[in-house]
Amino acid sequence: MRLLTHNMLSSNIRGVVNGFPLRIEAGKVVEKNVEINGDFLKNMFVKIDWKAFVEASQSMGYTELPEEADSSMLDSDEFLNRFHHALLELHLEEGALVCPETGRRFPVSKGIPNMLLHEDEV
Amino acid sequence: MWYLCVFYHRLLDYRKPEVESLAQLFGAFRDNLNDDVYSQLQWKVPLHHHPDSPFHLVNLPSEHIARSIANRSILVKGMYELWGEGGSYEELKDSVLSYPDEGKLPYLESNSTFRITVDTFGRVISLQEQKELIQGLSYIPFKGRVNLRNPDHNFWLIEVDNCETSNGLPPVAQKRIFFAREIGGADRKLLPTYQLKSRNYLGPTAMDAEIAFLMANQALATPGKLVYDPFVGTGSILVAAAHFGAMTMGADIDIRVVRDGRGPDCNVWSNFKQYGLQMPVGLLRADNNLPPWRPGLKEVFDAIICDPPYGVRAGGRKSGGRKLLKGAVEPYIVPDDKRTDHIPSTAPYSLVECVHDLLDLAAKMLVMGGRLVFFYPILREEESAHNHFPEHPCFKLISSSEQILSSRYCRVLLTMVKTGPYTEEINEAARLKHAEFRENHVKWLEEGNLHSAVFSPIDHAQLMEDGDYKSKDPKPKYRGKYV
Repeated sequence: MRLLTHNMLSSNIRGVVNGFPLRIEAGKVVEKNVEINGDFLKNMFVKIDWKAFVEASQSMGYTELPEEADSSMLDSDEFLNRFHHALLELHLEEGALVCPETGRRFPVSKGIPNMLLHEDEV
Repeated sequence: MWYLCVFYHRLLDYRKPEVESLAQLFGAFRDNLNDDVYSQLQWKVPLHHHPDSPFHLVNLPSEHIARSIANRSILVKGMYELWGEGGSYEELKDSVLSYPDEGKLPYLESNSTFRITVDTFGRVISLQEQKELIQGLSYIPFKGRVNLRNPDHNFWLIEVDNCETSNGLPPVAQKRIFFAREIGGADRKLLPTYQLKSRNYLGPTAMDAEIAFLMANQALATPGKLVYDPFVGTGSILVAAAHFGAMTMGADIDIRVVRDGRGPDCNVWSNFKQYGLQMPVGLLRADNNLPPWRPGLKEVFDAIICDPPYGVRAGGRKSGGRKLLKGAVEPYIVPDDKRTDHIPSTAPYSLVECVHDLLDLAAKMLVMGGRLVFFYPILREEESAHNHFPEHPCFKLISSSEQILSSRYCRVLLTMVKTGPYTEEINEAARLKHAEFRENHVKWLEEGNLHSAVFSPIDHAQLMEDGDYKSKDPKPKYRGKYV
């Protein structure tokens, strides 16, 4: 599971108000190379919740991202590379995503997060 | 400028929408002044031709755009610059001679190579006859050398004949002959490369490669875009989108299909690896009925392409458990130590609710102008009350292409463009509808149940009344669009 996906997910258990962002329990983190595409990154930048993104990358062991960012920084190649690396090249193979309000764990196995709700959460 | 567009004679309903979508993709409408979100091309049919004919004339702004459209398409056999046409070879000669020289001479120069291909639609022509027809074109001053394998310019002499006996093809009232310069055409080699026969990981409802490419074209998949499939299964649709360079993401409620596949070398990832394509950005197990997206997430996807479960060969599922939703049991509280491996019960998901959720998801998550492309099954009986397409205030339907599946039902590929933002009112209406589905869970399962309509036994007595279907006309009738 990449951080792009993580940034879109939240815990939608019935009754939960603050289900985003999910805390990452990093079991096995892998780095995989992805070809960089500037257009895609620029498109995605405006849709990302930056604070949650930085927090998540830190829990995956990557600390090179600035705490705050705005779209003018996309002109810098260095920033673009770091953004690309954190967004698309860090993978959570095994671990869990934890609901910040209830503590319920959504397991991640073989890189696939299981976001299905149990019968009593529906 | 008007170009001759010759289609492959198959999937008739899909041909023009594909060209329209690719025209949009390659900027044919960039100079349009009207405010309409969706513009259309101008089409003509040659004299005496049936609208289903493979031959059409289309008005495109430039040769460059015409070439781009033709080369990326799947169903355009050739896009041509027409130099002349006529009902006989004499008429053709007059027509070609009157075509302006400045349009012809640049392609006849002595330092170029060319070939002339003779194509007859509706009859077979011998090599001898082809040679004679080519010799008959000596009034055109070809100065270049002939190169049959890889010429600079490819000229076509196309003859469309009127046949006395119908051969199942669209009827042609009179013979028509065209002489034209080829601009481009579909790369059909994609099909044997990506065919399902040699696909690594297949599922029972994996999308056919040709149709998957058509869907990806309808969705305008290009590099830099993010395309989502909420019913990803084995990823067959995303493979086509990835071929055109888009980044892909998919979700499925069945974790075995999406996470495990049939083994470490036989799963969704290996399908992408097989063709050297960019892996999906994310795959997740999620229920489209209770999606895991964070509140406020919107306008993230450039396109949503999918094939929702019709309930005929593969039924949809959603969270909840049948008995739970019927109110027969209380929610089951999972003991903490069993939580990790617990597989939640799921309940059948009716097509109506499935499409409602899909439209709601698309309305929220698509960018403005983004496309929703999906298949919708319909029954083939004339008076079926259920056969009207789904609608949503945020969307405009721009094309629908039918494909027959059996004598009972067919499916229609719907392409919708997002034209309006997702407002609070729409959100509220969707929430109420969602609650109503839960309340009336049983009712929705019984109504509009396609499975029983498709698989119910034939009523032989009724059939005898309607007409003796056993005696077939020995001459093949024109099959219309069911080619």
